[in-house]
Amino acid sequence: MSHPENLARIAKDIRINSIKSIYHGRSGHPGGSLSIAELLSVLYFDEMNVKANDPDWIDRDRLVLSKGHACPALYSALALKGYFDIEEVKKLRHLEHYLEGHPEINIPGIDAVSGSLGMGLSQALGMALGAKYTKKQYRSYVILGDGDMQEGNTWEAIMAASHHQLDNLVAILDSNGLQGDASVEQQMNTFPIVEKLSAFQWNIIDIDGHDIKQLQNALKNARETKNQPTFICANTIKGKGIHFMENVLSWHGSVTMNQQQLEDSLAALEQ
Amino acid sequence: MTQLEFWQTGEKVSIREGFGRVLNYAATQRDDFVLFDADVAGGTGAKPFVQENPQRVIQFGIAEQNMMAAAAGFSDCGIIPVVSTFASFGVMRAHEQFRTAICYANRNVKLCCSHIGLDTGPDGATAQMLEDLATMRAIPNVTVISPADANEFMQAFLAMLDHTGPVYLRIGRSDNPIIADGKSDFKIGKAQRLTEGNDITIIATGVMVERALNVAEQLKNNEKISARVINLSTIKPLDQTEILLAAQQTNGIVTAEDHNVCGGMGSAVAEFLAENHPTKMKRVGVNDQFGKSGEPDELAKFFHIDEASIYQACLSI
Repeated sequence: MSHPENLARIAKDIRINSIKSIYHGRSGHPGGSLSIAELLSVLYFDEMNVKANDPDWIDRDRLVLSKGHACPALYSALALKGYFDIEEVKKLRHLEHYLEGHPEINIPGIDAVSGSLGMGLSQALGMALGAKYTKKQYRSYVILGDGDMQEGNTWEAIMAASHHQLDNLVAILDSNGLQGDASVEQQMNTFPIVEKLSAFQWNIIDIDGHDIKQLQNALKNARETKNQPTFICANTIKGKGIHFMENVLSWHGSVTMNQQQLEDSLAALEQ
Repeated sequence: MTQLEFWQTGEKVSIREGFGRVLNYAATQRDDFVLFDADVAGGTGAKPFVQENPQRVIQFGIAEQNMMAAAAGFSDCGIIPVVSTFASFGVMRAHEQFRTAICYANRNVKLCCSHIGLDTGPDGATAQMLEDLATMRAIPNVTVISPADANEFMQAFLAMLDHTGPVYLRIGRSDNPIIADGKSDFKIGKAQRLTEGNDITIIATGVMVERALNVAEQLKNNEKISARVINLSTIKPLDQTEILLAAQQTNGIVTAEDHNVCGGMGSAVAEFLAENHPTKMKRVGVNDQFGKSGEPDELAKFFHIDEASIYQACLSI
């Protein structure tokens, strides 16, 4: 296992680059990008078996970012891992560049298209079924947002994953409690999540999604669990790391940042 | 089954019987595909495959959105998912999953849907998919195929497995006469000229091809009109060469499809000709209505997609 301090440093780098990416990209979703920094750090730099120099390696572990709007964080993680140069993230959403506003399949390191909520868990489930069918050892991970839990498609996949006993599938919910226009509880209450997933007979782990040690242990637990998919409910803070964005709805995005906001954000991340 | 057996011309067979037969045949030839089913293998015609090759079937229950998006993810292991359900559920309910997860990512997924058009019969409007050609052909990257009979379907199915990228293939439900002997080559994107003719062209797809052939015979005998009949089984990409020749060499075009006239095969032909060779046209199809319960031949008459309607359309040009 990588040292938690190293992974925390990488999470901070993911945040810094996400903010730069959104600033230079002229728009993007900061809140939900900042809340998944530790998840991505632990997945790409500790957990997943991937090769940055061979993105399509057939035996790699797969990751689907179902909450595709948080791709500034994913692109930053991929760049830090070596899939492409870190300066590229500044060309987010530029017409002539390949870093699309939501994940697109031809971007190095991207395993699935996303951006339309509700399809991510199913795509990861399909990958897990494919691994079982071809008797491969690779694992499938999916990061869900609160909005994903309101889509019917997600619940179809929740039903199917336990039916097919997909112990090579791990869903991680970035449970930050805020969605586009209001809190989850106001818009359409999805809670209690843990009890619902238990009824669907998943292996459930409820953790602090910014605690690297807890994330590492949860993923280890998932690997050791047989005949059941694992659902990690990662309780997070939207906008985490930038005090004036934390739990503030207006930073869900898609927002355009000015120079002052960029500087304030980067300064906040250094505090 | 080491050799694929085709039906004799004139035999009455449903396309879905062809689906079951060709699935089992293909299973003896290649191990790179699986069937994704949503509890309707009895209806789509896949049942014989489910019985003979249960280890190559992945069951999703009645949850088509999940099945469709899962197919996108599954395809990256190198095995081709042949996703099958009724068109209302596969094309419509899971349309966005097909568009975004499969076509946008250009996944190697094959969607084979039954219960298309009035050919579906007594189940009524809910199951009679009359809008699939319109919605499917509007999506980039996808190939859309609508075979005329069970024999052509089996050829199209095998060609589909050899083709890389998303394909939508229509499966008919009712028994209809076999018109293709299975000996001529099937090529995706290539229309087949079934009869020569200089006065008028009937471009037909699916079950309408047999009707078009009968109408051509009637026109010859009754009116001394020589009608060219083209089986346009690939709706996308469109065989522009063959359509252009028909427009140039005959005096008008009648299209015939078991589909809404809005956006279907006739629209595809009209769009192409309007820009390249404006031609007198009539489109025979369901006139922007939902279907209803009835036997397929009764429905064809009721909704004006029977032989008499094609005949009248030809005379009106």
